[in-house]
Amino acid sequence: MQPTKMLTAAAALMVVFNGSAIAEPVDDTLVVNDEIEITLRAPAPEHLGGALGPEVLSGWLYREAETRSVQRDDFENPGMLAVETAQGVWETAEGTEDKSCASCHEGPESMRGVRPSMPKINPENGELWAMEQYINDCRENRMGAEPWGWDSQTMRGMTALIASVSRGMPVDVQIDGPAQSYWEQGKEIYYTRYGQLELSCANCHEDNNGRYIRADHLSQGQTNGFPVYRFNTTGLVSLHNRFRGCIRDTRAEPFAVGSPEFVALELYVASRGMGLSIEGPAVRQ
Amino acid sequence: MANDVKPRVRVPKTASAGEAIVLKTLISHEMESGLRRDSDGNIIPRKIINHFTCTFNGEVVIDVALEPAISTNPYFEFEAVVPESGTFNFTWTDDDGSVYEASEEITVG
Repeated sequence: MQPTKMLTAAAALMVVFNGSAIAEPVDDTLVVNDEIEITLRAPAPEHLGGALGPEVLSGWLYREAETRSVQRDDFENPGMLAVETAQGVWETAEGTEDKSCASCHEGPESMRGVRPSMPKINPENGELWAMEQYINDCRENRMGAEPWGWDSQTMRGMTALIASVSRGMPVDVQIDGPAQSYWEQGKEIYYTRYGQLELSCANCHEDNNGRYIRADHLSQGQTNGFPVYRFNTTGLVSLHNRFRGCIRDTRAEPFAVGSPEFVALELYVASRGMGLSIEGPAVRQ
Repeated sequence: MANDVKPRVRVPKTASAGEAIVLKTLISHEMESGLRRDSDGNIIPRKIINHFTCTFNGEVVIDVALEPAISTNPYFEFEAVVPESGTFNFTWTDDDGSVYEASEEITVG
């Protein structure tokens, strides 16, 4: 190619980028391991009242082709390394009762269907619990073992393992009945502007998804892929850590990882993605 | 993942003679560059996979020298032509002298 032609092409590109700050999500399909079909677009739930348009979309559709392809094959998905490690942990007996996860639950496949319903009201105390709380409840009260840190590597691996056996199943959280007050609280947090930048979740993920915030392509902020493997940390990122990162970026003091506020937010945001497939561990930038 | 080094390879079980097949390998490894400092300001010693090889029935398929800028969990994907049934052997050499190995059989029919 001649230098003049390249210059012309570059100038044309600049015009395109200046003229449009919108980069739509791609039109692509995802079948993991040539086996697990992932629903990337689902009819928007009624409670959104059209806030996200007719469809809700997986964050996978907003990522680059190279990033998307890594999630197509478990062999290439580095999040599956943590899942493999967690399979070993699943079978390791610990605590005063000398029990492992497998002692009660047999294989991790028995957890199929758990991830789509999380977070969920614990019928024993009526509180809304995230998966991390159920895991630690098992550890403390059934195994007699030390609880794991909410955001510890071991916990992230275990939540990824439990998510992975539900891949392809639709997000299906309960938002009425005893869960309703938590859902309302989560919604309140979602639409509250925080921090010196005075940004709510909705300002980015509802009003501006598809556009760029600096170099980052904003998605709808769906949670069906969590925990996700992120290339920028070369590790699994828990949902609450992602919440914390977003709120920190508004220059606010975030709620704590594992706080009741974040569990309520987790429920509300999950409900915005009803019908999307569980992807965890998904692969993102 | 410091103590959790685990090689994984994917080789087709069968191929036809002369076919170029795709081999995929991934090893879980921290690939500590030796350029970072810990919270006390001390250099974290370099610890990387510095050498990767793949051989087929003793013949070299690929031989790679790795440098510190290569990311965590190095992944290699490459092609090989298989003239006959045999065994692929893979080795990863660590800075500390450890050698991690994997092998896979392939049938040409």
